Amino acid sequence: MNTNNFSVQIKDLDLAFGPVKVLRSLDLDINHGEFLVLLGSSGCGKSTLLNCIAGLLEPTDGQIFINGENVTWKEPSERGIGMVFQSYALYPQMTVEGNLTFGLRNARMPKAEIQKRVARAAEILQIEPLLQRKPGALSGGQRQRVASGRALVRDVDVFLFDEPLSNLDAKLRADLRVEIKRLHEQLQNTMIYVTHDQIEAMTLADRIAIMKGGNIMQLGTPHEIYNKPLNKYVADFIGSPSMNFLDGEFKGGAFVKGDVRLPMKGYEFQAAQTPDQAVTIGIRPEHVITGELVANAPVKMEAKVELIEPMGSDTLVWVRVAGEPFRIRVDGQTQLRNRETLTIGIDPARASLFARESEVRL
Amino acid sequence: MTVADTGTASATRVHRRRPRILRNLASKTASIPMVATVLVIFIGCTLWTVIYSFTKSRLLPVPLFETMPLFSIPVPHLLASDGSWDFTLITGLKSSSFVGTDQYDRLWGTRRWIVSIGNLGIYGLCSMTFSLVIGFTLAALLDRKIRFENAFRTIILYPFALSFIVTGLVWQWILNPNFGIQKVVRDLGFENFVFDPLYNDKYVVYGILIAGLWQGTGLVMCLMLAGIRGIDEDIWKASRVEGIPVWKTYVMIVIPMMRPVFVTSVVIIGAGIVKVYDLVVAQTSGGPGISSQMPALYVMDKMFKDQNLAQGFAASTVMLMTVAIILIPWAYFEFGRKKNV
Repeated sequence: MNTNNFSVQIKDLDLAFGPVKVLRSLDLDINHGEFLVLLGSSGCGKSTLLNCIAGLLEPTDGQIFINGENVTWKEPSERGIGMVFQSYALYPQMTVEGNLTFGLRNARMPKAEIQKRVARAAEILQIEPLLQRKPGALSGGQRQRVASGRALVRDVDVFLFDEPLSNLDAKLRADLRVEIKRLHEQLQNTMIYVTHDQIEAMTLADRIAIMKGGNIMQLGTPHEIYNKPLNKYVADFIGSPSMNFLDGEFKGGAFVKGDVRLPMKGYEFQAAQTPDQAVTIGIRPEHVITGELVANAPVKMEAKVELIEPMGSDTLVWVRVAGEPFRIRVDGQTQLRNRETLTIGIDPARASLFARESEVRL
Repeated sequence: MTVADTGTASATRVHRRRPRILRNLASKTASIPMVATVLVIFIGCTLWTVIYSFTKSRLLPVPLFETMPLFSIPVPHLLASDGSWDFTLITGLKSSSFVGTDQYDRLWGTRRWIVSIGNLGIYGLCSMTFSLVIGFTLAALLDRKIRFENAFRTIILYPFALSFIVTGLVWQWILNPNFGIQKVVRDLGFENFVFDPLYNDKYVVYGILIAGLWQGTGLVMCLMLAGIRGIDEDIWKASRVEGIPVWKTYVMIVIPMMRPVFVTSVVIIGAGIVKVYDLVVAQTSGGPGISSQMPALYVMDKMFKDQNLAQGFAASTVMLMTVAIILIPWAYFEFGRKKNV
């Protein structure tokens, strides 16, 4: 197999701490210049995978290639990677400039070259005025930038980010998210980014790998992941408020639960023939049609409003469908009253159908 | 209405406010014993010692203003009993207890004291250096995620649980040429092997040093290990990604980050050095000759054995001054500087 087409390639990677398997025969190919986000809840193995790529953890089995070169047994410093840590890991007794140059000085790089690289990194990250300060005198956002700068001066092809924005408050996180995206646009190098924040993942990624229990549950563009989740776990994990799930039967091309019948017209099945079986249907709250558009909806039904949660831009409405609680997201300006009866429309083409047992998309 | 209510309430509260000295009465009462201890024991006794070091006290402290006839005028008067004349002397007063710096002159003129100071210098310098270096090295080795870390830590810390007297005795046996290391090695066949630091006036301080280090490094190691463990794991990862060797990470990054731990260790080791006494008593009693004398030993001997209180006080005052001379500038730089920033 030609491995040169990929920036980072992971083949059949296993990692076990004693009897605990953290990564299970994991394969992942990352293209040059791609922004890949590893997304998952805590303990899913995403940081472990990143540490394996960085060379900070030794895999039990499998291989890692970076730029076509087998680096499985190489030291982190020889892999051509730069890494940004959650706690930033800046050296507190050195100035910002000292932090940026320490690794380079240690590698006995010529002074002129170090100067050039620091100047470039400082310019890109806009930290020139901070160069003589110590990390203790910087704000969280500034520290984050310096940490990125330390990866930047290494002049490498692959950047690894280990939850770099987790220690910041919500507003700053949104600002720096944009900065990281801009940095990627500007540098065009491969970035692998670990996070548990789905908004970060959706906004930044070219592709997202959703992980659970050491496996990749789905690898795809944010669009695919959001619209066509391959299994129930991914469907549930992505989206806020999360997807509505209804357990029912798939009978003769329609989803049936009690007196609710949803003909799956326009739904793209994975297989040409789908036999009748027990299924779970997933419908995103924002994909439920309300208001004037209901007239054109393929499936219509009546629902009684049970609870209203206004969130400003949107309002979350709790209703009951086939006896189960069901969330609907409507425009924040809609006037609704409790116990009001609402006509809602569902488009089966935008729903997701999963086999009940295997939880795999049909 | 409500506004007015709150206004009156706060007004009465202000009115009722007690004088400053009576506020927080409970906590002030609770701190009286400690304040008294500090005033009487630490400050009072220290001052007392310093003042009496300028007197000629021997077995007991002399009254500070002992009288001595400066001039005497005989006043004749009749004795009531037998009618004969007698003279009563009217005397002038003069303070005669103070002898100025005589005790200090004598102190610095005593060879035993000079030897003590020299010994303390060597012992202190070596003890400080080796405790820090060995303690840190052991901690760094233990930190490398080794197996049986807890066992090693316990073994190394164990000597700290022993008293100095026991440590001194144990090491006196180990270093004794007739039962200890020298005997064992000679029994192995090296007939001319000589290792008797406690019986050689040139090396005796180092014999004491070995015992001191054996006892003291465990604690330093534990302090250092706690300090190393307190350092963010990501720092190590970052330095590995940058290809910085492990030893350089320790020296350039970890040690500077451990500054507070080093300060604590230096204070603890320093206190141990200045008061080194029982170790010497147990191992050599200051011998051979006076070659392993220490200032604390000199003070104790002068005060309780030679019945020369003032001389002992003078020696302890010198010890106090030495510590103060080192400590005050350091404290000034360490704590005074921070206030300015």
